Amino acid sequence: MSKDVKFVIKRRANPQSAPYIEEFLIPYFPKMNVVAALMEIQKNPVNTKGERTTPVAWDCNCLEEVCGACTMVINGQARQACSALVDQLTQPIYLAPLTKFPLVQDLVVDRKVMFDNLRKVKAWIEIDGTHDMGPGPRVSPKVQEQAYALSKCMTCGCCMEACPNVNSKSKFIGPAPIAQVDLMNSHPTGALQRERRLEALMNEGGIADCGNAQNCIKACPKEIPLTRSIARLNRATTFFGIKGWLNK
Amino acid sequence: MSGKVIVIGGGLAGLMSVIKLAERGQKVDLVSLVPCKRSHSVCAQGGINAAVNTKGEGDSTWEHFDDTIYGGDFLANQTPVKNMIEAAPSIINLMDRMGVQFNRTPEGFLDVRRLGGAKYSRTVFAGATTGQQLIYALDEQVRRYEDEGLVTRYEEWELLSIVRDEEGCCRGAVVQDMKSLEIQVFPADAVILATGGPGMIYVRSTNSTINTGFAAATAYMQGATYANGEFVQIHPSAIPGRDKLRLMSESIRGDGGRVWVYKDGKPWYFLEEWYPAYGNMVPRDIATRAIFKVCVDMKLGVDGENKVYLDITHLDPHEIDRKLAGVVDIYEKFIGDDPRKVPMETFPAVHYSMGGLWVDFNQMTNIPGLFAAGECEYQYHGANRLGGNSLVAAIYAGTVVGPKAFEYSNGLKQHYTDLPLALFERAKEREVAKQKALFAMQGQENPYKLHQELGEWMVNNVTVVRNNNQLLTTDQKIQELMERYKNIGVGNGAAWGNQILPFTRRLWGMLSLARVITLGAYHRNESRGAHYKPDYPERDDENWLKTTKAEWTANGPNFSYEPVDTSFIKPRKRRYDVAKEVTV
Ligand SMILES: Cc1cc2nc3c(=O)[nH]c(=O)nc-3n(C[C@H](O)[C@H](O)[C@H](O)COP(=O)(O)OP(=O)(O)OC[C@H]3O[C@@H](n4cnc5c(N)ncnc54)[C@H](O)[C@@H]3O)c2cc1C
Ligand code: SF4
Ligand code: SF4
Ligand code: FES
Repeated sequence: MSKDVKFVIKRRANPQSAPYIEEFLIPYFPKMNVVAALMEIQKNPVNTKGERTTPVAWDCNCLEEVCGACTMVINGQARQACSALVDQLTQPIYLAPLTKFPLVQDLVVDRKVMFDNLRKVKAWIEIDGTHDMGPGPRVSPKVQEQAYALSKCMTCGCCMEACPNVNSKSKFIGPAPIAQVDLMNSHPTGALQRERRLEALMNEGGIADCGNAQNCIKACPKEIPLTRSIARLNRATTFFGIKGWLNK
Repeated sequence: MSGKVIVIGGGLAGLMSVIKLAERGQKVDLVSLVPCKRSHSVCAQGGINAAVNTKGEGDSTWEHFDDTIYGGDFLANQTPVKNMIEAAPSIINLMDRMGVQFNRTPEGFLDVRRLGGAKYSRTVFAGATTGQQLIYALDEQVRRYEDEGLVTRYEEWELLSIVRDEEGCCRGAVVQDMKSLEIQVFPADAVILATGGPGMIYVRSTNSTINTGFAAATAYMQGATYANGEFVQIHPSAIPGRDKLRLMSESIRGDGGRVWVYKDGKPWYFLEEWYPAYGNMVPRDIATRAIFKVCVDMKLGVDGENKVYLDITHLDPHEIDRKLAGVVDIYEKFIGDDPRKVPMETFPAVHYSMGGLWVDFNQMTNIPGLFAAGECEYQYHGANRLGGNSLVAAIYAGTVVGPKAFEYSNGLKQHYTDLPLALFERAKEREVAKQKALFAMQGQENPYKLHQELGEWMVNNVTVVRNNNQLLTTDQKIQELMERYKNIGVGNGAAWGNQILPFTRRLWGMLSLARVITLGAYHRNESRGAHYKPDYPERDDENWLKTTKAEWTANGPNFSYEPVDTSFIKPRKRRYDVAKEVTV
């Protein structure tokens, strides 16, 4: 059985140039995923019109949905290209870059803002130093399981893409860093610095910008309980705000 | 302390060295091909080893040390390995303090599992995404130093070459912004390479696509010695895919998974039969060769292919979810079957390079001022790496190299600021000229296709079983590919966002290292760890208890050999059918 799979790809040479659509036919093979198809284009960059073209640019590293690099919009949905199996997609398959981040080329975008946001909210545990201080705090398996669920965020940006309040006009940091604050604040050592993170979340573009649309949680490939974290931190920031006001 | 250190690579080794430097108040430039959080270290599933003995089994650092040396077939220098093993428990504690979500015992202590080649449970883990959790924790600490202004990150920048001064010392790095392809030179007093493994030389492997080994290759081509290249680990269990061979972690066997094939219509647990003392927990080289024997020699592979069953259907589904969810998810996602119900079908795949840049006990290469740490160097695993030892080796090497590079740069009589600017300009101009030449390549060959060919040859001839005539023909093939390389066409894409050009550059590095691996294997006429030659089936300590050292020349690698430090444990025969004897 030899059939071809059609890919309709939104391309753009650079942020200044106009976008255009280019189509490719890739011979089907079992268990084919979107990354494997893009690799075939690299080896034979010829479009459906039979014209030789530049290979499509995209990002990937791990190919097992753990690094977050290959995120793009596939048939209208932001997801990882490496775990998007052709057998489970309707054809033709439409590929486009994420829209909430500056474009680099074709399917490549620059998600630096997500890392910057992690810095803004101080998503780290303040240890005294790397010298040997013995073990960390003891943790119950139940607490670990909850925290582990949050710690799998791979900064892929699907939640940002889905969130209506993340857009070029808003400064909203988006749901991912909020969940990371929840993670850090729930850690016994991290909790010692919880106020600093809450403060950061109360700045411009912080948690108040979330309209509670709940799109993010559905979009997250790692099933991170984003809205639970948002709700929890909403309460925490409100409480922290009142306390701050009373102490004035 | 006006000096500067550059760290290339933001995996576990690189990030740890940055932390150690920043902690000393040292300014660091951190250059990484991908955002650090996306480094290959995220792939590690099984866990990280340390003799924490939280199960009261009587594990000790000595046992861990002996297992590592024995598992590595005595090729590793023992002093640095011993130091690493002794530091391992404190490394776990440190990662724990940084907030890594390790699995816990009911009492709240660190849970441990068992991996291959060990008689004790000494692998600490965070679900099935240990590497991801470790790297996130280190990345967060580095972000803190970034916030304090000590660290400057250059993410999505690539190392092109190092700068060497008149005396041959390393004085900086020539780097490239991957978006604009703009080339810059970063002067410094010391450079640390922490650039990971070279698995992509084989194309199809368990490695991330960025693991081309180019940074190590470029250092090698500039005079750094490459050691033990021929030792490449083939992991016994991966699932096939045209883009990648996805690893099914050894923790599956560690948590009770059993390997079998049908024989005479009945399941045959060949590892348990052949290696009663270790069963499914034999080290990787042993398991892989056993699978090869069963599939290739006895023709008993599943569906007549090189596949065996890896079975967890007998395990408690809740335990599977708690400990193995990440791995099981990958199988379900990419194969479509539920391993809780149907035995998985797996086969061996290229996984890890024990070889790498030669370094001394201070992690410095033979080029003064150029250091290396992590999978890109050769120091901690000998002829075969034990599961869970690489994460600890990468982090440990980071804790050593940071302080050593700091000492080195502060001890320098002349700092980079004292050197003529022309030195740096020349280094940059060289790369600019090379890039121009790359852009001018308008031949008929496609670099991705050449890569594919290289991979096929390497997988077929330089993996589990090695024969000298095949190795020689493979080397000839690589040279032919190097000829054809000159006829590559890179197309007429602009510089902005161009991916073919950097790939073509990396391909040359891969071809050069492929020769080091292949010829290193050709010369080593014995069998040791992952290196197996049927014509020389025994380990030969008299002639080959030696580290291979390859030096670049225009006509291919030049080999020399150096004795191995065996100051703690006398080499003895390695076998897994009976229990390992006690050493003190
Ligand atoms: C699927 C899989 C599972 C594994 N599981 C385990 C496990 O359970 N336990 C264990 O102990 N080990 C495991 N390993 C091995 C272990 O993950 C790696 O050996 C280890 O993570 C390597 O860390 P590193 O810091 O040396 O390099 P990496 O994490 O590979 O990082 C390399 C860094 O260098 C950068 N870089 C590379 N080239 C350049 C360049 N030219 N210029 C600039 N930057 C560059 C990259 O961006 C990256 O940041 C596994 C390996 C694989 C493939
Ligand atoms: S709940 Fe809605 S508005 Fe808030 S972060 Fe999620 S998607 Fe955005
Ligand atoms: S929260 Fe989920 S969707 Fe958002 S960045 Fe993290 S992993 Fe991606
Ligand atoms: S390549 Fe890492 S998530 Fe797809």
